[in-house]
Amino acid sequence: MSTLEIRDLKVSIETDQGTKHILKGVDLTINEGEIHAVMGPNGSGKSTLAYTIAGHPRYKVEGGSITFDGQNVLEMSVDERARAGLFLAMQYPVEIPGVTVTNFLRTAKTAIDGEEPSIRHWGATVKDAMGKLRMDPSFAARNVNEGFSGGEKKRHEILQLELLKPKFAILDETDSGLDVDALKIVSEGVNRAHQETGLGVLLITHYTRILRYIKPDFVHVFVDGKVAEEGGPELAERLEDEGYDRYLVAQA
Amino acid sequence: MPVQTRSERFSSTVHSEFPEVTGREAIWKYSPVDKLRELIDGELDGAPYAVLYPEAAGTTVEWVDRSHELVGAAGTPEDRAAANAWTSFEKALHIRLEGEAETLTVTRAGLGDAPRAAHTLITAAKGATGLVVLDSQGVAKLTENLEIVLEADANVTVVSVQEWDDTALHLASQFARIGHGATLTHIIVSLGGEIVRVNPSAHLAEEGAEAELYGVYFADAGQHLEQQVYVNHDAPHTRSRVTYKGALNGDGAHTVWIGDVLIGRTATGTDTYEQNRNLVLSDGTRADSIPNLEIETGDIEGAGHASATGRFDDEQLFYLQARGIPEDEARRLVVLGFLSEIVQKIGEPVLEARLHEALEAELQAAR
Ligand SMILES: Nc1ncnc2c1ncn2[C@@H]1O[C@H](COP(=O)(O)OP(=O)(O)OP(=O)(O)O)[C@@H](O)[C@H]1O
Ligand SMILES: [Mg+2]
Repeated sequence: MSTLEIRDLKVSIETDQGTKHILKGVDLTINEGEIHAVMGPNGSGKSTLAYTIAGHPRYKVEGGSITFDGQNVLEMSVDERARAGLFLAMQYPVEIPGVTVTNFLRTAKTAIDGEEPSIRHWGATVKDAMGKLRMDPSFAARNVNEGFSGGEKKRHEILQLELLKPKFAILDETDSGLDVDALKIVSEGVNRAHQETGLGVLLITHYTRILRYIKPDFVHVFVDGKVAEEGGPELAERLEDEGYDRYLVAQA
Repeated sequence: MPVQTRSERFSSTVHSEFPEVTGREAIWKYSPVDKLRELIDGELDGAPYAVLYPEAAGTTVEWVDRSHELVGAAGTPEDRAAANAWTSFEKALHIRLEGEAETLTVTRAGLGDAPRAAHTLITAAKGATGLVVLDSQGVAKLTENLEIVLEADANVTVVSVQEWDDTALHLASQFARIGHGATLTHIIVSLGGEIVRVNPSAHLAEEGAEAELYGVYFADAGQHLEQQVYVNHDAPHTRSRVTYKGALNGDGAHTVWIGDVLIGRTATGTDTYEQNRNLVLSDGTRADSIPNLEIETGDIEGAGHASATGRFDDEQLFYLQARGIPEDEARRLVVLGFLSEIVQKIGEPVLEARLHEALEAELQAAR
């Protein structure tokens, strides 16, 4: 069974004002097929955790470890991590001028699988996946994320999730900026991937709304660069009612 | 030097009327003039040369005399090398478009290494549409003028491809006069040659004239690629867009883009935007990028400019790598994508595919 294990992770970034410590000892274990929700106030370090797992060069690991099936993730390059089966659906997907979605998806699929997808089936697979996410076929010919609306960018992230078939996905506020219908469509995409491939999910969100569609096994409260509390789905409900005051007071 | 409006720059068809080039002039100061003396002042062969082109409906190609009524219809040289060409050419190559013309590619590949002058006219009849590719290859030492004359409501694309051999020297002034309601799409592609300087200008001479000026260039080690663009808004409700994109790689790769836009007193309701973006792929390169906007009327629709020269966008690379794409493949995609945006404007699939391959080859060589 696949396991992503994060131990005492400490991360900083360099800013104009000097070094800023963001993650202050994160512990988290996600097994294959599990869904973990991470909730926490703005600026608490959720995206930092997501980017650090994916290997963004901006984030400097000061201590701790990330292992994936026993491999040391921190020693792997960004693309090696992706090929090992880690996937990050970004909070702010990047626009890439002049690179069409079709070309991008084929290139990524080839890189992940180590061989070109079958010419005969790939086109149909992409079209089918786009259809399920209610993406207009015209997106295939457009440049990656260029001029996409916020919601369209999120669908495009989930399209990649479904086509690239990773073992673990980190979804960084994939639900933000989605209308009610889109939220449902995108959630169904995540659930499909979960059922079909036994995907493990780390779902970062501010809202319990998405948790009605994607049922978490565990909920983690993230405060000031650490996991402050853990529990089952009921914890999310309580956060919705009470907010984060309790944790912030305790911290002060 | 007194501040001088762009439209008052000295111009003449006569070589001797220009002062000696010192290399300090605004128009020469970015160019390696010492390597260009032969073209600026030397004796030039102005005889017709071999051109290759297929039959294409709605087009004619012929050599015409210097006295042809359209010679001089679009512009007058603003530098001594262009005037040298004008003084020296014997016949002009006239490409004429009428009605719905078929795509025409005119190739010149056998100019040879003796200094040469050339003059080309591309003219489009009232309401004509078409696409002309001027495809330059092989060895050359060339200074030349190209005039583009669009009559009312013509809608024409002109693509000037410089895929010269590594040793080529090429100085070109390309003048366009765009008539009432006519639209010119003009695209420069400069990839090959030691020094290639193509200066396009568009005179939006009558109401409703439009110009879209694009350029894409890739400078390798030791290569100098330059373009001085000038858009003259000279009538009401004219529109222009200028977008030039370049990549630089290797020691001594040097690119120059100067974008002058003049909105004259009569050019009310003008809408213009110009931009230049350069992607720096290695150390030791230099990209000069200078936009100038001169506005003589208060009544305009919009006017803006942008210029940026930088390294790779790390966020783009990260995004691609986060999808499993190895770093050098990701770089290749980003650079090709960056430059392809211009190639995509051509609208001629065969040429687009060829240029994509040429860009791939440039990138391959860049590793
Ligand atoms: N490039 C940066 N420069 C300065 N500070 C940064 C930078 N990146 C992150 N930070 C800071 O690090 C902290 C954590 O940011 P992060 O994006 O991880 O928060 P988050 O929990 O994802 O917040 P949100 O819920 O708003 O998305 C914040 O205080 C943020 O301002
Ligand atoms: Mg965030």
